[in-house]
This record gives sequence, C-alpha cells and structure tokens, in this order.
Amino acid sequence: MAMHGMRGLSVFISDIRNCQNKEQERQRIDKELGNVRNRFKNEKGLSPYEKKKYVWKMLYIYMLGYDVDFGHMEAVSLISAPKYPEKQVGYIVTSCLLNENHDFLRLAINTVRNDIIGRNETFQCLALTMVGNIGGREFAESLAPDVQKLLLSSSCRPLVRKKAALCLLRLFRKNPDVVNVDGWADRMAQLLDERDLGVLTSSMSLLVALVSNNHEAYWSCLPKCVKTMERLARNQDIPQEYTYYGIPSPWLQVKTMRALQYFPTIEDPYTRRTLFEVLQRILMGTDVVKNVNKNNASHAVLFEALALVMHLDAEKEMMSQCVALLGKFIAVREPNIRYLGLENMTRMLMVTDVQEIIKRHQAQIITSLKDPDISIRRRALDLLYGMCDVTNAKDIVEELLQYLSSADFTMREELSLKAAILAEKFAPDLSWYVDVILQLIDKAGDFISDDIWFRVVQFVTNNDDLQPYAAAKVKEYLEKPAVHETMVKVSAYILGEYSHLLARRPGCSPKEIFAILHEKLPTVSTTTIPILLSAYAKILMHTQPPDQELQSQIWAIFNKYESCIDAEIQQRAVEYFALCQKGAALMDILAEMPKFPERKSSLIKRAEYSEADTAEQSAIKLRAQQQPSNALVVTDQPPANGATSPVPVGPLSLVMVPSMITTEDHTSTDQALSQQNGSLTKVDPQHPSADLLGDLLGPLAIEGPPGATVQSEHNAVSGLEGGPDAVDGSAIVPVEEQRNTVQPIGNIAERFHALCLKDSGVLYEDPYIQIGIKAEWRAHHGRLVLFLGNKNTAPLVSVQALMLPPAHLKMELSLVPDTIPPRAQVQCPLEVVNLRPSRDVAVLDFSYKFGTNMVNVKLRLPAVLNKFLQPIPVPAEEFFPQWRSLSGPPLKLQEVVRGVRPMPLPEMANLLNSFRLMICPGLDPNPNNLVASTTFYSESTHAMLCLIRIETDPADRTQLRMTLASGDPTLTFELKEFIKEQLITIPTAPPQSPAPAPPPAAQATPQIPPNDPAALLAGLLS
Amino acid sequence: MGIRFILMVNKQGQTRLAQYYEWLTLEERRALEGEIVRKCLARNEQQCSFVEHRNYKIVYRRYASLFFLVGVDNDENELAILEFIHLLVETMDRHFGNVCELDIMFHLEKAHFMLEEMVMNGSIVETSKANILSPIQLMDKAS
Repeated sequence: MAMHGMRGLSVFISDIRNCQNKEQERQRIDKELGNVRNRFKNEKGLSPYEKKKYVWKMLYIYMLGYDVDFGHMEAVSLISAPKYPEKQVGYIVTSCLLNENHDFLRLAINTVRNDIIGRNETFQCLALTMVGNIGGREFAESLAPDVQKLLLSSSCRPLVRKKAALCLLRLFRKNPDVVNVDGWADRMAQLLDERDLGVLTSSMSLLVALVSNNHEAYWSCLPKCVKTMERLARNQDIPQEYTYYGIPSPWLQVKTMRALQYFPTIEDPYTRRTLFEVLQRILMGTDVVKNVNKNNASHAVLFEALALVMHLDAEKEMMSQCVALLGKFIAVREPNIRYLGLENMTRMLMVTDVQEIIKRHQAQIITSLKDPDISIRRRALDLLYGMCDVTNAKDIVEELLQYLSSADFTMREELSLKAAILAEKFAPDLSWYVDVILQLIDKAGDFISDDIWFRVVQFVTNNDDLQPYAAAKVKEYLEKPAVHETMVKVSAYILGEYSHLLARRPGCSPKEIFAILHEKLPTVSTTTIPILLSAYAKILMHTQPPDQELQSQIWAIFNKYESCIDAEIQQRAVEYFALCQKGAALMDILAEMPKFPERKSSLIKRAEYSEADTAEQSAIKLRAQQQPSNALVVTDQPPANGATSPVPVGPLSLVMVPSMITTEDHTSTDQALSQQNGSLTKVDPQHPSADLLGDLLGPLAIEGPPGATVQSEHNAVSGLEGGPDAVDGSAIVPVEEQRNTVQPIGNIAERFHALCLKDSGVLYEDPYIQIGIKAEWRAHHGRLVLFLGNKNTAPLVSVQALMLPPAHLKMELSLVPDTIPPRAQVQCPLEVVNLRPSRDVAVLDFSYKFGTNMVNVKLRLPAVLNKFLQPIPVPAEEFFPQWRSLSGPPLKLQEVVRGVRPMPLPEMANLLNSFRLMICPGLDPNPNNLVASTTFYSESTHAMLCLIRIETDPADRTQLRMTLASGDPTLTFELKEFIKEQLITIPTAPPQSPAPAPPPAAQATPQIPPNDPAALLAGLLS
Repeated sequence: MGIRFILMVNKQGQTRLAQYYEWLTLEERRALEGEIVRKCLARNEQQCSFVEHRNYKIVYRRYASLFFLVGVDNDENELAILEFIHLLVETMDRHFGNVCELDIMFHLEKAHFMLEEMVMNGSIVETSKANILSPIQLMDKAS
C-alpha cells in the first residue's frame, strides 16, 4: 500500500523472492539489469519518478550481492532533483553505492553545498547525512565552515543540528584541520549544555572523537559531561520519548561515560565527587529485572560505569565493589552478562590490587572455558591468560592443555601459544615446562611454531639435570603410534644429543633409540630428515664400544641419501659419512652442543611488549589489544652480539637451519675440519639466520639500535602533539618564509609550548626532516641534544643550523654536518649556560636543501626561564622570615592581573607545578590563595630562592593579585612577568611570547566566553 | 568509530537489508556477510548475543525469522547496541504495525529512511521514535 506506485519495484522484489534457486535469481537479475541499462541509455525519456524506481532497483540488486557497474551517474543526478522524494532517493542511494573517492561525488559537491546552506530543512538533513556518511577530504575542505555554522546556529532546529554534529565528526576524521581546537573547545563545551537530547547525543559522539584525539584541549568539556550524567541519572528534564523502558537514554549515558574515559583523570574535587555519586548510584542501584530490554539497557549503563570507575582508579572501596559485581556476573547463567563480566574482569586486571580478589574466581572462570559458547570460551581464555602468575600457572596451564584436545580448530593456535607463553613465563620447575611443551606438541602439533620447540631445546641444552629427563620423555612420546612431525624434530634433536645419558636404562641402548627414530623417517618431510641424520651421526658417535651392525646400518642410510635431491639432506649425508671415516676426529666434531647464551625468549618478549603497550593506554583501548594474539614473528635478524657469540653454527651443527645451506658454507666446512679442534666456533655474524636457535629473536622494534629507539619515541610524541591543526607555524616563521613550499607538520608553536613543560619531544617536523630535542637541566647548565632525522631515501644537503642566543644565555652548538644521509639521524649536542634571569628565548635558524627546495625555519628553543627553576619546599618557619625580609620593590613586586584565564584553583596549582614552582599548601590561611616557592639558578644570581603568592577572588576568577619576592630585582620582575604570561594565555594558543618575530595581533587578548565552564565551576566551588 | 554495518538477514541467510558505514567492495561484503551469517545463524538461544569475527564484534538479535546483525568495533558497549537493535525494531513496529520480514523487504526504502534517521556515520543520531518517524510521516502525508 505504501509503495505509492513503485509497482515495478514490488513486482521485481516478489519475482526475486519466488526464485527457486540461485540460478533463477541470477537470470531474473540479469534481465532486470539489462532493462534498467536500456532505460538509462535514452535518459531523456525518463521521468524523475522512473529514475527513482530504477535507482531503487539498482540498490536492491547491489544489496543482494550483484555488481551494478552502471547507473551511478543517474543516482547522483537525482540529488539535484527539485522534489523531495527524488532528491531523497538520490542522496540515500548515492551514499550506499559510492565510496568517498568516487569521481561522480565531486560533480555533486555544489548541489550538496547549496542544499546545506539553503533554507529547506529537509534538504539540509539529506545533504548533511550523505556528507556525514561518505564525505571525503574535498567535502571537508569545502563544507566544514557551513556545517559548523549550522551546528552552532541558534535558529536551526535540532533535527538539522544533530545531523550537522555527526557530519562534522566525519569531516573532522577526514581532515582534522576543520576543527580548530583553540576556539572549538569552548563551542564544544557550549554544545554540551544543549537541552535537546538528539543534538546532545550527536554532540557527545563528536566530543568522543575530539577528546580521543586531544583530551588536553577539551578539559572544559569534562564538567559538562559530568553535568549531563547527573541530569540523566537524576532523570531531570528528560522527555518521555527519550526514556527507554524507564531508563533515561541509555545510549547517551553510555556515550557520555565513554567520553569521560578519555580524560586521564578528574582533578577538580567537586566534579570528581559529583561523578562518583552518580557512579555509585549506578553501581548500587542496578537490579536484575524480568524485562529483558530493561535489564539489558540498565546493564549497558552499569558496564560502562564499571569501565569508567576502573579508568578513574577510584577509591579502594568502590573498586572492590566493582570486582564483587563482576564476580557475580561471571557466575550468572545469562550468557550476555557472563560474557561481559569476563570481558570486563580482564580489563580489571590492569587495576592494581585486585588481582588477588580476581584469583578467587578462578574455578568459576575455568567453568566458562568449557562453556558451549565459543564467544564465552574466548573471553575466559583471555582472562585466564591475563590473571596467570607463578602461584596459579600450573593449574591454569593444565586446564588449557586439557581443553586443547577438545577445543575448536579456530581456537587451538591461540590456546597453544598462550599456554606456551605462560608455561615459560611462570614455570615453577623446568621439567614441568618440558612436559607442557611436549604435551602441546603432542596435542596441537600443527599449531606449534618452530620457535616453541627451539626454545625447549635451548632450555634442555642449558640445564644438565634436565637432559636425561627430557630424553626419556621424548622417547616415551616417540613410542606412541601417531607422532606429530614437530615431535619427531624435537625428539631427534634431544635424543641425538642426550640419549647416551639413558644408555643404561632398559630399552634405551643406542640401537633401540636409533630404531625408534628411524621408524619415523618414512613419515616425515624433507625438512625433518636432516635432523634425523644428525641424530644418527651423534648416536653412532656415542656408541661405545662401537657397534658394527649399527654402524653399517647408519652408513647405509648416509650412502642412500648421498644422492638425495634435497641439497640439505644430501650435504649432511655426504659430510657425516665422510666424518665417520675419520675415527677419533668424529668425537670432537660431533661433541655435545655448548650452552646457549642466556637470552630472553621472544615469546616472553612479545608478551611483555604487548603488555607494556597496553599499560599506557586508556582502559578503552585495551579491548582492542585483547584481540586474539597473532602468532610469533621470527625475524632473521643477527643478534647484536652475534660476532662474539659462542654459538656454533656450521653446517655440522646438529641444528637444522635450512637457510644455512649455501656454497659458502661448504667451504667453511673444510676450514672447520682443518681446524681439528672441533670447537667449531666460526660464526658468521652477517649470516641472516646465524642465531636462529640461539633465540627466538624479538622483532626489530624492540631491540633496535639506540638511534631507532629515539626515533620511534619521537614519532610517538609527534603523534601526540601533531594535533588537529597542522599548519600553524606562522607565529614564528617570518612572513617571507611562507613561500616555502615545504609545510611543517603539526603546530610549531604548540610543539614549542609542550617542550617548555617537558624535556624531550619533537621540535619541528616537515615531510623531509624531523627535529627532536632532548634536554637535561642541572642548576644553571643545560645540555640539549638536537636529533636531526632525515625522513627520506635521499640525502638532505646544505644543512645549516645557526644559534641566535639571547644575551642571557651562553650557547654552544656542536658541529652540524652539511649532509644528512638518507633515513639517518644526526645528534647535535648543545650546551647552554644561563647567565642571568631573562624571559628572552633562543632561536635556532635552521635550513636545508632537499631537491630544489630550500627550506629555512626559525625555531624557538625551549631553553626558557622555568627550565632553570628547581622546586623547593619551604617550611613555614623559613618562609615567613624570608617573605618579611624582602620588603617592597624592587625585590618584592605586587601586581593585580586582570584578564586571567579563569580556572579552578587546583588547575592553577597544577599549572604552576608544571613550571617547577612548588605549591606550599597550608602556608596561607585563605583557601583561595596559593603560595609557592622555587629556586632559580643562573651564573650571576647563583641559587636564589623565589617566593610567590597568588590571591584569587572567588567571585571573579578573571583577576588575581600576585606578589613575587626574590633576592634579585631582575629575577623578581622577570619571574613575575613569566607567570603572568602563563596565567593570561591559553597555553595551546600561540602566545604573545617574547619571540623575536612579532606575533600576529589577533592573539593578543585571550577570548573569554561568557559562559566558560571553568568559570561556572569556579563559582560553584567557592 | 562505533557501528560498522547493520545487516538484516532471514533464517535462510538471505540479506534483506545491508547498510555499511565503512567502504567495502562488493566482494568483501559478500564474503563478510557469508561468514557472519554462517557463524551467527548456527548459534542457539542459550548462547550469548556477541560473536567476535575478524576485527569486528557482531551484536545480533533474532526476531522471528529475521536476524538483525550489527557489526561494531571493539570499542562499543555491546548491550547498548543490543538494545539499539530493539529500538530499531520497535520503531519499525510503530510505523508498520506488527512489522514482519515482508514489510522490510517490500518497503526497503522506508527501512532505509528509518535507519538513516537513527544512525549516521556509525554513530547514533536519534533515539526518540517520534523524531525518527516524523520525516516519513510527513512524506506519507504529502503523497
């Protein structure tokens, strides 16, 4: 009935529905495609209605999984139809059929823009939705300002604004520059005051994207989120339409708590308390109810609250409440709650102090490992893996092993890898470790990578008391009827080396061992045969007195394989046969393998690496990390100490190293033989797999050369600092430099400001070079290192670095090379001596040439006043006499500062702390005042105590009175000005700094919006 | 980025609606849908509503003959998505009255319009049924 004449479409759909099989369906679809194609060919005869009908058919066909390679133009052209029904179809079908890079989209960009800025609300919505779904960079560049305007417009109705919010989110992802953080943070905070829950829901999603990218800039939104939570939790002003089974929009609650998890912490005590009250209410007040939907919705909120509590690392009491709840959840029968209980308990492991409580639930978790539902089993496995330590490793690993035999195929690899890692990491004794690995190979040989058995061999070789045990053990396994090839490999190796230790036991004579091994030879592949041959040679060597029969048997085998097509096998056969003729020399050459150098297993390294990785991330990101772990990657990287490593690796080594076989090795055999001492210590450090057995070698990233580490560290930093607004270096780069075709990456001014507060990071970056900096400060001395990293595969030439130090700094930059080789990083130390107090800043004039581009930038160096401060606590009995003795100007200066960026007192305290001014709490009886002390170091003043007092006005946070005192008038003045600058500017904005280049005038006065959240909050606090 | 795709599939495994919020080629879609349908449709009522597949988590719910499958990334609140499915079904129900598979099949465009009002770019835009349905009602009135 509602098809309104799109009868053709209905008919077509029911035709498809009536198709008996796939073939019929395809025929019907081919027919329809032909029909549509024909109709589109003479487009002139098509009415908009017909076009609409055909376009829907195309979408339907596409949805069924058939390629529709025409008609895109028609879909796009409907966007410009004047009437709503056609336009709507055009927009929807276009966003389903085309991706963001499709050429046709570009054709529509003007129409889309006209719809967005036009007055027709419904058109605006359609256009915003399409751009929100598939808009690419080009859309971001041309439409972002319009979309922003709509979002903030007070005359726009919520139905448009909510779409504008998510549209902007898309554009921001495509081009972070569309949101200029400086101004946007305040607007975002404003948006969160929105009453309409649709707009608020969308805005919250936008906020999540923004804070996940740069939480620093959005601090002002934090109290707003808490307020939203309060509003929802108290069910204040929530229209009925937005409550779901009696719960005020669970989705908005979840989203808001998600946003809060991106802030590292909540410092303001009032906000923190309010939030914890809300969270407490959620934790305590969520009951299990009969209605499934209500139950789910309330638990959605509860689980998010749990995550937030964990993230905030709340008070102990609240934490144990969380663990208790999770403990309850993992025991319930309802599968969804159990799944989420396990998932969240795994995240909880990251919180300190709760591991012990979680361990109490071990039995329960193991039950879930046997659940019929694979989703739940996976969560249980992850949790068990995470909670394993020395105390419970035996139990857990044995559970995993037991489960391995019945586990589905898809889980075995992960399961065996995890068991292997845990066994090695927490083995209470080595024989247990050997047992575990052999069981793993036995039960899941297909999933055991070479690294795992290499590692066992390494352990056995290095532990004498383990050798007979391992030899006996592998022999037992070999006697089983079906043996996995990996088991043959490890057994052959171990029996070759150590079976003579068992010789006196029944059934373990060389002959019998040989027989057991040789029985397997016909069943194994060519990669295993060489290991068997080595084992035979060793067994033969250990047979004392010589056994003629065994000897002729083995010699016959060598003879047989001398003509083997596989080079490795052939070579071993030939060599072993030749060696056997040498009598006594055999003893030396085939002597037992020496111990391996102690080195950390790559299994463990990987495990630790990923843990270290996760520890630094917000709780949310952990989920991503807990994806099924991927298998080990063994890189063929020579070890750092390869040249001195005593690991013998010639072709005679009993270790099968497939890639070793080269003609070069052939010659080295003779050399080794001629050495006659049999120690075979010749090591070719260049050989790619020289140490394959020696260790399971971590990936390059973990154990790279120091330079690489620094580089990657910098990359990480630049990732953080890069920020959304990339090109804003104008504050320092003089105007004429703008002609540089090379644009810096990230905001130079922001980078400088960040570096003023910390001692290492990226100072400058563009597509060719990255300049990192690392500094150490001691009293009035500073030692900086500039890291000049060439990012390209071509050299950077004509590199020049010129220091322009201000009068108060003595600076010495070591020689900067003229050329930086491709992909290289050059370190240039820079010595700084502070002569006297001053706020002036040193500048580095840096230039280089890449291709025909001459790049020249002038960069401020973070050798700023606060670097020469050392925080020092001053007790009351010292503070007051000092304070009094420095009476009046010029040693003591007072000033009323206006236009202060309003911030709560703790935030101000933090700010001062970050500049190395130590807050001395309790000295001033007035809680609205801050007292701080620090020591300043310079050559002229030596160590000089500075005392600071800031009196704030709770009624007006935009002004304060500041009093500074020190023994040096210049210092007092300079420090006062310095602090003032920090208080009245927003640190992320390019400041009116003492930079040599004049800053743009626009930034001179900070803009304080009338409803700044910090100001509101401050009002509440006082 | 939240929701990656929404699928409606009947118990024979036929796709009734597919909406993606990230670009996949037709081949990728076909393969993904096949894998997911095989995995999810084989599950029983006693099993949980979440399935981990590739780098997605599938949150699904069955209504009579129709499965609603929502692919999310690992950063989503699973239960919230589960109830979002229900909200979608209730919204369709309010519009169609006793909604069934055929309604979605023969009114594909309506289903798309509703979805478009509810989800944009993988994020939830609107959860009020009245607001979701008002554009469709306007259109129905106009025609």
